Amino acid sequence: MFNWLSQITAVTWLNLRTIDQRRGASTAAAFGILVVVAVFIALLSIAEGFRKTMASTGDPATVIVLRGGSDSEMTSGVTRDAARIISEAPGLLRSQGGSVASAENFVIVDVPKRSTGTDANVPLRGVQPAAFAVRRNFRLTQGRRFETGRNEVIVGQGAAQEFAGLEVGHRLRWGENEWTVVGIFSDAGSLSESEIWCDVGVLQPAYRRINYQSVHARLESAAAYDRFKDALTADPRLDISVYREPDYYAGQSEGLTRLVYVLGLLICPLMVAGAVFGALNTMFSSVATRSREIATLRALGFGSGPVVISVLAESLFLAALGGIVGAAFAYYAFNGFRAATMNWQSFSQVSFAFAVTPRLLFWGFVATLAMGLIGGLFPAVRAARLPVATALREL
Amino acid sequence: MKLFPLIWSNLWRRKTRTIFTVLAALFTFALFGVLVAANVAFGMGVDISGLDRLVVIHKISLIMPLPIAYKERIATVPGVKAVTHMNWFGGIYKDPKNFFPQMAVDTPTFFDLYPEYVVPPEQMKVWVEDRTGAIAGQDLAKRFGWKIGDKIPILGTIYTHKDGSRVWEFTLDGLYAPGKKGVDATQFFFHYDYLKEGSRAGVFTDLVGWYTIRIADPKRAAEISKQIDGLFANSPYETKTTTEKAFAQSFANQMGNIGLIVRYVVSAVLFGMLLVIGNTMAQAVRERTNELAVLKTLGFSNGLVLFLVIAESCLLALVGAGLGLLFSWGVLTPIVGFALKQFLPVFYVPAWGLLLGLAIALVLGLLTGLVPGIQAMRLRIVDALRKV
Repeated sequence: MFNWLSQITAVTWLNLRTIDQRRGASTAAAFGILVVVAVFIALLSIAEGFRKTMASTGDPATVIVLRGGSDSEMTSGVTRDAARIISEAPGLLRSQGGSVASAENFVIVDVPKRSTGTDANVPLRGVQPAAFAVRRNFRLTQGRRFETGRNEVIVGQGAAQEFAGLEVGHRLRWGENEWTVVGIFSDAGSLSESEIWCDVGVLQPAYRRINYQSVHARLESAAAYDRFKDALTADPRLDISVYREPDYYAGQSEGLTRLVYVLGLLICPLMVAGAVFGALNTMFSSVATRSREIATLRALGFGSGPVVISVLAESLFLAALGGIVGAAFAYYAFNGFRAATMNWQSFSQVSFAFAVTPRLLFWGFVATLAMGLIGGLFPAVRAARLPVATALREL
Repeated sequence: MKLFPLIWSNLWRRKTRTIFTVLAALFTFALFGVLVAANVAFGMGVDISGLDRLVVIHKISLIMPLPIAYKERIATVPGVKAVTHMNWFGGIYKDPKNFFPQMAVDTPTFFDLYPEYVVPPEQMKVWVEDRTGAIAGQDLAKRFGWKIGDKIPILGTIYTHKDGSRVWEFTLDGLYAPGKKGVDATQFFFHYDYLKEGSRAGVFTDLVGWYTIRIADPKRAAEISKQIDGLFANSPYETKTTTEKAFAQSFANQMGNIGLIVRYVVSAVLFGMLLVIGNTMAQAVRERTNELAVLKTLGFSNGLVLFLVIAESCLLALVGAGLGLLFSWGVLTPIVGFALKQFLPVFYVPAWGLLLGLAIALVLGLLTGLVPGIQAMRLRIVDALRKV
């Protein structure tokens, strides 16, 4: 047993030490795997990042009330009477100023994208003062809040980065109205950071809206949801749908997340297949150039097991090298990379950051080892099966 | 061509290596095919949008409606040949996940302006007469298993029916087929009049989502756009007129970095894989130094040796790429396209993609053959044969 182990160490060490002599082919194989792993992680980090943005928007103790049948704020409508009834419903958190409920309007405005200079649909949300209490993570990072009744807006920091002309002090013209940017805010990475906010009382006349589109409210606790929902759905004066925020936003993120996953999961096997054949070639030629050495070892009494393991070890070593560098590259290049895309459900732009999560790194590493294993296995078996006499006779 | 057998048998000198190299190239170029298809899909129809069509939307944003009365006024602008309008219905069929675009269109003009939606004449005749009639794309009908004559209930999220219910019932009168490659066959069209008469009296009744117009001379697009926008300047409903291409482009830009990043990322893989393949091919030539020297001894000229080496690497690359592109075009993109139909209705490898792929393969073959080929050409017979 000890002998067997020492054989393995000896041959493996020999293989690893001589990688340098096969520098070109080995680098190419490791590089192929590097690229595949980096791309695998980069692609899926888009989906992870988008989902994270959507998920961090959800607080189970907050609810969104839309018109019955509506699945997004864009197409919803809530009358003033309905908004009043909703804000008086049981289960809502109350503060000095009344219940923590904000009736809101949601429209889109054209703002040029920094990267392309072309107009994009940016959400403009009209809110009531309670909105700041509904979103507990709301923080102003620059400037001040808008004043009630004035044409002033505050901009989410994601939107401020992604779109041009949204700096504090800038004036914006949408239609007949001019607006001034007075502040930038953050909201713990949530979807709100992609939005522009203003006073709903100013937005409504500017966009000829009579009704609200949604009511965002905070419950006494997450458990008060059923009480709140039952009271509203039982009310014959109302025709509304109630959603918990996390459920609502999970539904909104589904489209893009699925798009990226499907695309990623279909592309990855192709890349992996390509890289595996590259690795197979390298390992086969690595074995072929050493067939005499291997035969000599076998003639000296080395078993076929150690030979198989040594070739596998070489291939796994190259794969791991490529995988680790690739994963590190993907992490530094893509983690936190900001991008914006269209959220088709609300027809507006969402700004989010790519997220290279430990889960992705783990799967990237698993893929690496799989590629190394497959790439090494067949050449290893061939090396072990090599008839000693023939191999020694070869030149 | 008499050298072909020699090149061919050289390729089979190491069977496994050749096969693996071809397979690596196959998968790489299959991936390339998917990349090109994704590129077309994220382009959102920019390539196929009509050059002679302009889109008139509300100046502030596409979601704001325009008065129906604008139709007559736009038609009076010189150079405008036809005007039609559309309303986004935004309804839900059974489940919000079953998303597809539904549009209320102007019955007499819509299909004239969009000849790329091809409806059989007898179906069209039925549709025009049928108040609740609808025309669906053939891919859409296939997705839900609809047949002509089916009643299709759709829940309106924007428009409420005047009887108070939100469910609108449509009769499927016809299916349209895409008139050319790349046309989205997942849309659903019905009569604007049905929407108008069926809606509860209110804000939306006399408003349309946007106008599409056809102009006589595409070169005058900018001038006509200006004229139209000038007509409605300083009214409560100011307009913004752009070419359909620019309109589609702005949508494509909105998808934004995602499409771009997918492209970058896949290009990176391509580049990486090409290096790997190139390395293997170069190695195959290097290994044969002796044989090349023998050929020279036999009287092969330097140029011929160079040609042999390059021809071999080109053949290898072209075979791999050809098979890969074929696989991508025939098997892969139809499958990916089917899986993504809901998000990217148009997903296929266009002819230029196949040609580009082959061109890349040729360049790859040339480059990988060139270095070892030149080495082989410069080879001195004595040195090479001495090396054993």
